[in-house]
Amino acid sequence: MAALTTGGRPGKDAMDTIWTMLRDNATFLLNGVLTTIGLTVLGFTGALVLGTLVAIFRVSPVTPLRVLGTVYVEFFRNVPLLTLLILIVFGLPDIGLLLPLFWCGVLGLVLAGSAFVCETVRSGINTIGVGQSEAARALGMSFTTQLRLIILPQAFRTMVQPLVNNFIGILIGSSLAAAVGVSDITNVTQQLNIRYAEAVVLFLIAGAVYLVFALGAGGVGAWLERLVTRSRIGGTR
Amino acid sequence: MAADTATRVLFDEPGPRGRATIRLATVVALVLVALLVAGAVRQFAVSGQLAPYRWQFFTYTAIVQRLVVDGIGNTFLATAVAAVFAFPLGLVLALGRISHARMLRSVSTGWIEFFRSMPMILVVYAFLLALPRFGIVLPVFWMLVVPMILVSSATTAEVFRAGIRAIDRGQWEAAQSLGMGRALVMTQIVLPQAFRIVLPNLLTGLVSLLKDSTLGYVVSYGELMQQGKELVAYYHYMIQTYLVIALVYVLINWLLTRLASWLQARMGTRRTAARPIEVDLEPAQ
Repeated sequence: MAALTTGGRPGKDAMDTIWTMLRDNATFLLNGVLTTIGLTVLGFTGALVLGTLVAIFRVSPVTPLRVLGTVYVEFFRNVPLLTLLILIVFGLPDIGLLLPLFWCGVLGLVLAGSAFVCETVRSGINTIGVGQSEAARALGMSFTTQLRLIILPQAFRTMVQPLVNNFIGILIGSSLAAAVGVSDITNVTQQLNIRYAEAVVLFLIAGAVYLVFALGAGGVGAWLERLVTRSRIGGTR
Repeated sequence: MAADTATRVLFDEPGPRGRATIRLATVVALVLVALLVAGAVRQFAVSGQLAPYRWQFFTYTAIVQRLVVDGIGNTFLATAVAAVFAFPLGLVLALGRISHARMLRSVSTGWIEFFRSMPMILVVYAFLLALPRFGIVLPVFWMLVVPMILVSSATTAEVFRAGIRAIDRGQWEAAQSLGMGRALVMTQIVLPQAFRIVLPNLLTGLVSLLKDSTLGYVVSYGELMQQGKELVAYYHYMIQTYLVIALVYVLINWLLTRLASWLQARMGTRRTAARPIEVDLEPAQ
């Protein structure tokens, strides 16, 4: 630690301090990583479901649903995530809605994420040729059957890459939960930083977590993209 | 705005049965929305949050001045200063990433990929907690703005790169056959066209920067969120204050995104006459 402050190469003592810190707090750090994963995965899953639903609202022929969908998307797409999280964590108890802190984080990510997922789904639907919908209607399919069997399965194919971006957005956004006290990896490393003053190492650890997950998501996305492209070639026969 | 494909292709002009279904769904939806709103209002009322004095608060001159003049003023200042540095830096990084010099290319790519997957709050904490240990202490304003610049430069670089790649290869070939060098083609032919393509995306980038400026809350720089935090500390009108602030942000960002999509639509009509003409089947809303 002393060696780090002088800006030189960390000496043996400094390395020992760092190792001790990491060993003593392994569970704490691991919990932080797991919390980040939990926030991201639950946030993304929720956003996917809710976002698709809102997208269906926005393309439906029912005017109140379209208006509702539009207002929803414009609000949650334009509100800063930190503001939303603070509103949920500190505001909702004022009107008698008390959620556990972790679920406040998930709720914020779902609400904000679903607005972006909705726009992804909507532009995915936009890429499907008008002929597909016309053909489906000519066969007598209803609005919902048409969406379920014809439009959405094709739309999801063009949406792989944008959805991966949505996922990464939610992953990175989950770090803001640290600012309202959720013990994710950002929060945990900052807590340790206050105790041990090893800012550089801790920053690198937290950064590596996000970098690895983001790159991992990108890799999975590329793999899915290939899978989907192949199946499309097979599917056109 | 003109109707998207998605808003009109999925259903025909409905027949009598279709109209009946839509009418029923409309009524059900209206009832559900009304229930939702009523439920929310009830929650506010039951917990006494609708008391007039809790809202009249936001009409006092001192409070308005604090939120609008100081808060929004500083939010705009941080956003503008960050954009002034981040956008040119993004352009330089984009040019670096597509340059032929390997060293430059890998440095730019590394920078972009690193800051693109790094949460801004982590960079803020690094400036707040790590740098002071090396004797670097920035003023609060720059503790917020420098991380904004770093993160935004990476995303902006990707925007510029996409814009440059969107320029037809023929433009390059034509310019080069006129004897223009790479740098000349880039500055005279490609960039001017790319700028026009990326303009709406730069506005979206501005929205991201504006959202990032809320981290003033973490570094205690007096932008809108921080002003809200201080007001709440004094007056304890939590949900009112943050709700008002959220609506202010939504309004500003909504106007910016509107402007972006207006520009996009305007460019779409100007750039090519050969676009398929979209037939508007949607009944007027």
